[in-house]
Amino acid sequence: MSLTGKEIQGVILAAIALLVVGALPYYGSDYLLSLGITIAMFTVLATSWALFSGPTHYISLATAAFFGLGTYTTGLGFESLPFWSLVLMAGALGAVLAALVGLATLRLSGVYFVIFTLGLAELIRQLITWGQNMTGQKGLYVLTDFTEGNLYMMLVALASAVFLVGWLIGRSRLGFALRIIGDDETVAAHSGINTAQAKVLLFMVSGAVAAMTGAILAPRYVYIEPALAFTPLLSFQVVIMALLGGVHRLWGPIVGVIPFTLILETISANFPNQVTLFIGIVFLIIVYFIPRGFAGLIEQARSWSQSESMA
Amino acid sequence: MTETVLSLRGATKRFGGLVAVNSIDFDVRRGQVLGLIGPNGSGKSTTLNLISGALQPTAGDISLRGVAIGGLRADKIAKRGISRTFQLVRLLPGMNVEQNIIAGAVFGHRRRWGAAAKQDAARLAERVGLGGKGHMAIGQLTYIDTKRVELARALASDPEVLLLDEWLAGLNPTELQVGIELIQSLRDEGRTIILVEHVMDAIRSLCDYCVVMSSGAKIAEGTPDEVLSDPEVIRAYLGDDDA
Amino acid sequence: MDIIIIGLLLGGTYSLIAMGLNLQYGVARIMNLANGEMLVAGGFTAFWFYTAGNISPLLTIFIVAPLAFAINWLIYRIMLEPLVRRAKNRGQLEVDSILATFGMSFIAVGLMLAFFGGDYFNYSFLAVPVTLMGETYAQNRVVAFLAAVVICAILYAWITFSRPGLSLRALSVSPESARLVGINVRQRAAIAFALGGAITAVGGALISSFLTLDASAGVAFTLKALIIVIMGGVGDVRGTIIAALLLGVVETLVASLIDPGLTLAAAYALFILVLLFRPQGLFGRKPT
Repeated sequence: MSLTGKEIQGVILAAIALLVVGALPYYGSDYLLSLGITIAMFTVLATSWALFSGPTHYISLATAAFFGLGTYTTGLGFESLPFWSLVLMAGALGAVLAALVGLATLRLSGVYFVIFTLGLAELIRQLITWGQNMTGQKGLYVLTDFTEGNLYMMLVALASAVFLVGWLIGRSRLGFALRIIGDDETVAAHSGINTAQAKVLLFMVSGAVAAMTGAILAPRYVYIEPALAFTPLLSFQVVIMALLGGVHRLWGPIVGVIPFTLILETISANFPNQVTLFIGIVFLIIVYFIPRGFAGLIEQARSWSQSESMA
Repeated sequence: MTETVLSLRGATKRFGGLVAVNSIDFDVRRGQVLGLIGPNGSGKSTTLNLISGALQPTAGDISLRGVAIGGLRADKIAKRGISRTFQLVRLLPGMNVEQNIIAGAVFGHRRRWGAAAKQDAARLAERVGLGGKGHMAIGQLTYIDTKRVELARALASDPEVLLLDEWLAGLNPTELQVGIELIQSLRDEGRTIILVEHVMDAIRSLCDYCVVMSSGAKIAEGTPDEVLSDPEVIRAYLGDDDA
Repeated sequence: MDIIIIGLLLGGTYSLIAMGLNLQYGVARIMNLANGEMLVAGGFTAFWFYTAGNISPLLTIFIVAPLAFAINWLIYRIMLEPLVRRAKNRGQLEVDSILATFGMSFIAVGLMLAFFGGDYFNYSFLAVPVTLMGETYAQNRVVAFLAAVVICAILYAWITFSRPGLSLRALSVSPESARLVGINVRQRAAIAFALGGAITAVGGALISSFLTLDASAGVAFTLKALIIVIMGGVGDVRGTIIAALLLGVVETLVASLIDPGLTLAAAYALFILVLLFRPQGLFGRKPT
């Protein structure tokens, strides 16, 4: 594998960014660290969401389901098993759930997939709540020794892994296959691509990552219950941040995550009742004005400035 | 006689009550250019769709070099060595010319990736008359060039059988001549081709053998001169029941 | 037995909501995920008229219907038509309309929260028992069911026998051919969308007479309506009605025999079965 000059430049930039971001627990305030966790969490979720939904245009609203599955994995197992194994197990469970959902819906049109994923978190939430009612159990306490700094570092590590995996997929046959599928699924099939398999595989990656994020973040909530772990709003936030940033580039979602998280924090602190309204408005802004997200705007600005300088 | 590459036996497709393809038989030999002709709605494109796996046959057998392929998924059939172009050109709008061609090489019959695929794409681009246009966007191409890209993509997997669904349709007279010569050169290379076509000049100059369909059934077969002088074929084309 | 009848009563109202969505998706080709909010808005209006002026929801629907028709017509013309125009293919329109209607759904919830607050609302309309075949049922459910049946019947007759109804059916089968035979596709699509919204809102007004709603209740109804439409087959009126009744019965069975918290799970179980075995809908032909 050989890298071009531009790619080496990218690797160096990424390393510097990782150092600055990764050292946050050593210089940042508690508030900054807490904000950092939220941003890291959404970076992981939105980037892994875009890995699948970017090329295929299938809108997944299953993030909350995978995330909740992960939190419950930690919640049920943290007393008896080492934490790292729970994170891996959550990833495996997320991949299995994604495979099941994918096999049932991904051979059909996109609408079926959206509808199915839209209710998936709610379905699992109802089932867990019912199970708890049957056994007389309420929520789960997740008491660990992890500090916010620990959790943050784990998320940053996961984010780096997601970027690496995303970059590798982008250069792989699977990534190329997904782009062809996104452009024209019929052409893809007649070119020899097993379209259902390719879509399911990538959806599994995305589901595994979301479940691992949930597993890592469970200790932050201390007490988890179905309504919290499977909150449907999470799925929508992830979709909107990824689209706002732009899903056609690996680095796109992160340019959406940072401003959106900051504005949302401000709004929910000052006008908690207007959060839904705000999310709705951003959805419309994306659809009508910036369909390619901030990444698209940045690229446009770049190509303008280039043609300016050439003129 | 040379080897039979593709054969159809009793291939049938029904849509509800409508029989679009009614028990069709024919063989394609290696290196042969077979013309599948007939009036509009006679079932030619449906037959092509059955061969390429876009549709599943209701009954009958289709085999590629003696191995049954009828009813397999399109991607499996592509991997076995059948590639196609589409009646209405289908390109990948998000990719440039080179990537569109590579898309045919990576997952199909003879698979290549990386530098080898790029090299082949450049060679094929040259071959179909797109030399130097590898980095052009699909939206900037002329109509005949979009057809060329589609042809190059179909060739990229080095198929056993190439299916061309009205590849010459919509070209102006000058382009048509260029197009016929291009397919002629593929034939000279020894490619096995099934051609669904309406352009009579092309059929006469390109096809070794013709199968004529009307209302879903085979009504004649033979050399172009034979079938085009067959009274039943003339009736099928000119008769008022099918026009 | 009474469970099944309660289920059928519920399913009757569901069929109205799902018919609304089916018109919007089957004819206007807009996957409207803000459908449930239109329902809740209809319910809010009925609630408001009943508590403020003691006006029966059966009368309110005559206000709700034209109002919702006008609002949905404007939404289609202003918000959705640009998306239809810019879409290069069906897939792109689907993604765009899904995202846009999600946005609208969030905005609708936000506005309803701002104006009415986050409380549950219900009112007591005809909450008296009636006896049918030796069993007692709440009268409001029976009345809502009958109203739904009447509206469904009118709509079905209109679509099947009237000229404008015929043009809507033509549009749902093939927009291109509809244009060729001189149907104004844009205008008809707008009408179908508006009509679908009006029917959904009327369904909401009826449902509010026996179910408790709140500003964010819409999404659950959207999901149920979607499941019904897919189960019954897009564009299939008869299939929609049967699927709605089936969902009503299954939901009521699960709620009364297992746990009321599992209604959506029950709807989902049905949905999964349909996806796995009959993705073309209960009565649909296998796609080719």
